[in-house]
Amino acid sequence: MSNTVAHADPHAHPHAHAHHPALQHHFDTMSQQKEAAVIGMWVFLLTEILFFGGLFVAYMIYRVWYFDAFAEASRRLSLFWGGLNTAVLIGSSLTMALAVRAAQTNNRKWTVNWLVLTMLLGCVFLGVKVIEYEDKFANYEVPGANYNWVYHEQHAAAEGHAVEHRPLSQTPEQLQRTTQLYFSLYFTMTGLHALHMIIGVGLMLVITWMAWKGKFDAEYYTPVEMSGLYWHFVDIVWIFLFPLLYLVERHT
Amino acid sequence: MSIFGIPIFPEQASVFAKDVDALYFFILATCAFFAIGVSIAVVWLGIKYHKTHDGQIGARIEGNLPLELLWSVIPTIIAMFMFGWGASVYYHLRRPPDEALQIYAVGKQWMWKFQHLEGQREINELHIPSGRPVKITISSEDVLHSLYFPAFRTKMDAIPGRYTELWFEAQKPGVYHIFCTEYCGTNHAGMIGSVTVLEPAQYQAWLQGGGMEGTLAQRGAKLFTDLACQTCHLDTGQGRGPSLKDLMGRTEEMQDGTTVVVDEAYLRESILTSQAKVVKGFQPLMPTFQGLISEENLVALIEHVKSLSPNAATTSAPASAGAAGAATTARPAEKK
Amino acid sequence: MLDTLKIPERHYLNNGHGLASWLLTKDHKRIAIMYLISISVMFLLGGLFAMFIRLELATPQGDFVNADTYNKFFTLHGVIMVFFFLIPSIPAVLGNFLIPPMIGAKDLAFPRINLLSLYIYWLGGVFTLAAMVMGGVDTGWTFYTPYSATATNTHVIPTALGIFIAGFSSILTGLNFIVTIHRMRAPGMTWFRLPLFVWAHYATSLVQVLGTPVIAITIVMLFVENAFGFGIFDPARGGDPVLFQHLFWFYSHPAVYIMILPALGVISELISTFSKKMIFGYSFVAFSSLAIAVFGFIVWAHHMFVAGMSTYSAMVFSFLSFSVAIPSAVKVFNWTATLYKGAISFETPMLYAYGFMGLFLIGGLTGLFLATLGMDIHLHDTYFVVAHFHYIMVGGAIMGYLGGLHFWWPKMTGRMYSEFFSRIAAILVFVGFNLTFFPQFVVGYLGMPRRYHSYPDEMQVLNVMSSAGASVLGLGYALPVIYLLYSLKKGAVAGPNPFAASGLEWHTQSPPLTENFIEVPEVVSEPYEYEHAVAKESHLV
Repeated sequence: MSNTVAHADPHAHPHAHAHHPALQHHFDTMSQQKEAAVIGMWVFLLTEILFFGGLFVAYMIYRVWYFDAFAEASRRLSLFWGGLNTAVLIGSSLTMALAVRAAQTNNRKWTVNWLVLTMLLGCVFLGVKVIEYEDKFANYEVPGANYNWVYHEQHAAAEGHAVEHRPLSQTPEQLQRTTQLYFSLYFTMTGLHALHMIIGVGLMLVITWMAWKGKFDAEYYTPVEMSGLYWHFVDIVWIFLFPLLYLVERHT
Repeated sequence: MSIFGIPIFPEQASVFAKDVDALYFFILATCAFFAIGVSIAVVWLGIKYHKTHDGQIGARIEGNLPLELLWSVIPTIIAMFMFGWGASVYYHLRRPPDEALQIYAVGKQWMWKFQHLEGQREINELHIPSGRPVKITISSEDVLHSLYFPAFRTKMDAIPGRYTELWFEAQKPGVYHIFCTEYCGTNHAGMIGSVTVLEPAQYQAWLQGGGMEGTLAQRGAKLFTDLACQTCHLDTGQGRGPSLKDLMGRTEEMQDGTTVVVDEAYLRESILTSQAKVVKGFQPLMPTFQGLISEENLVALIEHVKSLSPNAATTSAPASAGAAGAATTARPAEKK
Repeated sequence: MLDTLKIPERHYLNNGHGLASWLLTKDHKRIAIMYLISISVMFLLGGLFAMFIRLELATPQGDFVNADTYNKFFTLHGVIMVFFFLIPSIPAVLGNFLIPPMIGAKDLAFPRINLLSLYIYWLGGVFTLAAMVMGGVDTGWTFYTPYSATATNTHVIPTALGIFIAGFSSILTGLNFIVTIHRMRAPGMTWFRLPLFVWAHYATSLVQVLGTPVIAITIVMLFVENAFGFGIFDPARGGDPVLFQHLFWFYSHPAVYIMILPALGVISELISTFSKKMIFGYSFVAFSSLAIAVFGFIVWAHHMFVAGMSTYSAMVFSFLSFSVAIPSAVKVFNWTATLYKGAISFETPMLYAYGFMGLFLIGGLTGLFLATLGMDIHLHDTYFVVAHFHYIMVGGAIMGYLGGLHFWWPKMTGRMYSEFFSRIAAILVFVGFNLTFFPQFVVGYLGMPRRYHSYPDEMQVLNVMSSAGASVLGLGYALPVIYLLYSLKKGAVAGPNPFAASGLEWHTQSPPLTENFIEVPEVVSEPYEYEHAVAKESHLV
């Protein structure tokens, strides 16, 4: 992904005159360099799948053991915000794909435009996440010493809001205990996902700047494509997280 | 067994010890055969084909498929035989007989607490009779521990929130080590004790010696009253809670339509998180005792409930659960 | 002839001077040298803790240090040796240095990521060392919950963070190797012309990229439990401490293969070179590396046979565990067959290879005891296990590392070390090692549990033998530091190929140019051909 040639040595570069400026010294051709980057990125995404995989395993096991608690706890999440965020992320995947397309077709202006739009959508997602987290903190729904399962309803009742009276499948004491597992996983999974989003936005800042400077052309747009792969991956993780965390038992 | 007075082999004090040691010597002999065989071959080849002059190169041999297959297949067969033998010994190790003497062990930083049904309680010491299967149900009050009897060749982890179990039949009277083998903090190495194997008659005499507080079940009965359990759990079945008479081993129908075979793990769950599984026809009124009752008192209560079912085998529970697993899990599996 | 050789005028070591030329380098060889220095420091530190452990265990009473200190010693010994020495040892030093020249490439595919991996390793090291300076950690290198989450008040968080960070260094190294081996091979360097060292590193890299993320996420879960009071493994909230063990061993069992597979690759090179003969059954040896890497992922639960696992899943995992034995056995038999009709000589690297075969054999075979269910129940968490994995990790991985280091030292530095002292060191290591760890098998079968600060009196003699052996072993490890450093200035000039080996890396000058080769070589012959030249044109100086 570099565009400089280090340790240039005339003997090592018998064909130096024909080189694309972005070709690094240890590659023979642009296509070799690009293939290396593509394989590298896919291997990296594979490690990411295994990274999130550990959390999904823990989620799966506890969801089977404590299904009722997971169902009750997932009702504390807002379908509106979750659904909105899902739409925002899917939209950002589209704008990202369009940015890659623009880079491929040598369209500098739209590469930058689509990238900026992708970043904006990413920030919207993160903003919504902040609102959602804020609500959890306000309602003592963050696991740990201050966790309080019943606070939410008591508080809503005290404020005079309508409280949905559904028969709970378990006593508050039990839910106090095991819904903490749900929220521990909720915060760890969405927190790590959000961290990936932040890294993605940061990455894209650099790429956008590079695109602005005209570093990319139809022959060399690997960085745009690679950040695209990364962004789509982060999207796909959310596509799994949303139903697993928000829609545990929404059909009843 | 010892060489020059240095012990190199632990005492064989249980039935398993002989099984495990036989397996050990078989694997040892097989491994020694291969290790010595390959070592001799390597040294001999090194001498025989030692380079004689500069610039000498070896013969051009790329490989030999039949040989490769041979030395893949033979180790596979030997390994499968080892697996089979080891698995059969293990299967036996994990199947306590129904008539086994029940003892409870609780691991706690850094001691082992044992409770006998007859009421004796011991710390870091355990007295058991020889010639009779003994089953130990293990739990932990804090972190992971592991109860290990080298002379009996068996061990099992103590896991907080679960019951696990091991069993053995001691053969040789004597005093042997008890170790904790799962690292549990500062005094892990101090979490040791001794198991005293007594002749059955001596064991009976030893049982008579203590027992000031009555049997474990009696202690449980007292707790049952102290905790006011009897106000709801009437023997007539007319109380607010179900009757506990002849409960062990019975299949009960729950509120949500599922059925549960009553065993120790179910009793543990019902006491600690009482609303996890409520019997059909009853209200979820019982308070949860999670964090309010020690592991020791919990087993006393369970023993008391078991004593109300004189017709059920004493070890009915883990015998059935044990068929599927060594650990009778006590987590509140609030499964739909 | 040797005295006519000269160190070449231009090479990677004098291409740029000063600290910045090293710290900002993208040359895989310089990065390898920096890794070599870093892991040597870590090895020294880990070895120091090992020394304290053996000192303590010389007497049964636990009278050298108190129990808390002892627990911190073995924890730090494990953490440093596993995560900061063994895992990076052969891949990050020898693999980093040698894979590009072995396949005829100028560098790894991602030189900057390679440098980044070194910085990440340093950062991870800083966290772990900070934890050590702040007062250490006493959970054992396995960090089992709930002890590590709720019961201990030592520095779990910085240690865990250090391991988490260092894990990414390992992932990036593996990723770099995979891409390099796929895309950077010289013309004519087909997959089946790759040296077995490269095959072994390919298999290792697969384990690194597939396993390491799982321990990373496990550490994240442990971290949120410690730092924020979340409760993913907390039994008080319905969590399962055994789940932690499953996730931990899903990485940490394959991690053993990250340590041993590269050593197996080194040994294949050594045995072939010092028999002047192609390796017997090349494809079987190559694929056995892949088989070990794959099987390594499906055996993890044999670390939990006494953790209340169901009888039948224990049987499945026992059965699968035996599967690892087969490719390991295939390797040993093929090495033995390679010696047949060879032209064998016993320079220092070959002594290490011989030592390796003996120790790996014992380490591997004692694994059979532990895979056998009925046997493991007795041996689990005793010194038998300690002895077994030291035979693999120290007897195997470190012997392989030292053998490889001696073999390629002339390539790396251009100079020879003292053959006399290096042979003495090799013999000391072999003898010292066996004296240290063989008694531990015996004391383990006697029932001595691991991680014990004190132990019953009747086990003292065996422990004293072990401690005595450790001092011999320590001497064997100290000697190379002296004569290798001495060789840097005073060693005889090695020339491009002092051992008359066949690999492509020997067809360039020693030390190599920054670009490794003057011109991209074209490979025309099979690996380990001693009859023909490997490259069409040899560019020897």
